Amino acid sequence: MHSVPGDRLFGLALWGAALSVAAVFAWLFVDLARLGLGALSWDFITTAPENAGRDGGIASILVSTLLILGVAVGVAAPVGLGAAVWLNTYTRAGGGTGRRIRLALDGLAGMPSIVFGLFGNAFFSVYLGLGFSILSGGLTLAAMILPVFIRTVEAGLGAVDDGWRRGAAALGLTQSAALAHVILPAAAPAIGAGLMLGIGRAAAETAALIFTSGYVDRMPESLSDSGRALAVHIYDLSMNVAGGDTHAAASALVLVALVACANLLAVALSRRLLTRRLAL
Amino acid sequence: MNPHTLGCIEAGTPCCVPVPHLSIENLAVSYGDTPVLSDVSLDIYKGCITALIGPSGCGKTSFLNALNRLTDLIPGARVEGRLRLVDGANSLDLLDPGLDVRALRRRVGMIFQRPNPFPLSIRRNLELPLREHGMRRADALAHKIETALSDVGLWEEVRDRLDAPALALSGGQQQRLCIARALVLEPEILLMDEPCSALDPIASGVVEEMIQSLSGRYTVVIVTHNLAQARRIGNYAAFFWMRERIGQLVEFGRCRQIFDAPVHPATAAYIGGMRG
Ligand SMILES: Nc1ncnc2c1ncn2[C@@H]1O[C@H](COP(=O)(O)OP(=O)(O)OP(=O)(O)O)[C@@H](O)[C@H]1O
Ligand SMILES: [Mg+2]
Repeated sequence: MHSVPGDRLFGLALWGAALSVAAVFAWLFVDLARLGLGALSWDFITTAPENAGRDGGIASILVSTLLILGVAVGVAAPVGLGAAVWLNTYTRAGGGTGRRIRLALDGLAGMPSIVFGLFGNAFFSVYLGLGFSILSGGLTLAAMILPVFIRTVEAGLGAVDDGWRRGAAALGLTQSAALAHVILPAAAPAIGAGLMLGIGRAAAETAALIFTSGYVDRMPESLSDSGRALAVHIYDLSMNVAGGDTHAAASALVLVALVACANLLAVALSRRLLTRRLAL
Repeated sequence: MNPHTLGCIEAGTPCCVPVPHLSIENLAVSYGDTPVLSDVSLDIYKGCITALIGPSGCGKTSFLNALNRLTDLIPGARVEGRLRLVDGANSLDLLDPGLDVRALRRRVGMIFQRPNPFPLSIRRNLELPLREHGMRRADALAHKIETALSDVGLWEEVRDRLDAPALALSGGQQQRLCIARALVLEPEILLMDEPCSALDPIASGVVEEMIQSLSGRYTVVIVTHNLAQARRIGNYAAFFWMRERIGQLVEFGRCRQIFDAPVHPATAAYIGGMRG
């Protein structure tokens, strides 16, 4: 096959862009590993932090993180799914309501997380009286990831072939049956992607959590206990604790692994739950 | 030609009187403020194949969508006039806002231009509408599925892979599956919007033959741009044309009459275009 010089240049530029992105990640990762890999061990994951995190491990912090993420995703997923379906079903004609809601969601999606932190503190911690707790933190993160999740899922629903909708209606299927058996399974990849984006953003969050779930590093006993998330721990170790760099890097490696696992899980789950269970 | 249809009557003396199944009077369809179809009056006869022909954009799809209220799905679509489903002495007003459209669509099935099997297994495609209409017994389901697939000539081709994804079938097979999916609900009327136009000539021929085999048992309304096909399978033909950008029914009658001795000059010109 012939290739035109312009085409080759274009191809080179694309490769260059891709490689530089990969290089940044590789450098970041190597740096983390160089610093933290030595501290990483099974003990690090299973023991409580000591001496402000300089010694010991991150057991309690890992548990808090998982609980906060669990609350955030557990609340955001059903609410977001409902909102996306509503937007897609009832506001399609390009009317004013839908446009305004989408605009508001896009605005919220771009909002700095510290704003969500302040909101969460004022609303969940103070107004609803949840205090500094895993519940406050999780709900705040849910509010924070909802806009992007809704928009992603809605885009996925919008991309579902209209022929299926009309086919389902022509067979006398109810809207909910069409949704459950045809439309949502077809949108499963978008739902998985939305969850991934949400989990990634929630796991990396520091600012919004400092005001809501706090930074107590004890093992939480219930959702109404304060708990320190991994990202908060990393921030604290590298900013406020002299000699905490090694453990900060090791914690960051754990966080990276956690996000990767969560993403895989989200994709697998949305595939399995939506395509398999509903389809067969 | 199939001995069960009313189609052969034009060959000799009429042996039976055509019975209206759908009675349409002054039907008009508009989208927002734009009328696209007006003043359509005709009867669709029971057990016959009625072919709708006419140029692109003259409102054939809109007409078909009005018949099973699929126009309800289009924001801003309005249907006016009288539209009745005749069943012996009873007749059902299809434009009644309080009509149970799910029940209507069960009686009036629809096949689309682009085959649209759901992204499920072949079996699930047929099971889903049955289950949603309250049929749950496994043996009854299996029996109905086999019957529907046999009716469209697909049973032998897919009996060993009922759990394979429907989207893995060829285009012609997908379209026949969609017809089976409509048949499985045991409708009285089938609306088909250019069911063969997305298929290659051989698959199109297979589907056409299959549609022909449905005449007598079902009332079929089929839109087609293929005039030769309309002539081959239609018992009746309706010719739509545009006047001042609004679609209208220009001529309706026996297929043979429309094709061999059209009354209206526009029909003659359109049919003539096919020859020339
Ligand atoms: N959803 C809609 N909103 C607005 N106008 C529409 C809509 N659907 C169809 N129309 C218009 O209505 C007119 C009739 O369209 P219709 O699809 O019924 O024609 P058709 O006879 O089926 O054409 P074709 O043979 O190309 O399928 C066209 O002018 C079309 O632009
Ligand atoms: Mg059309």
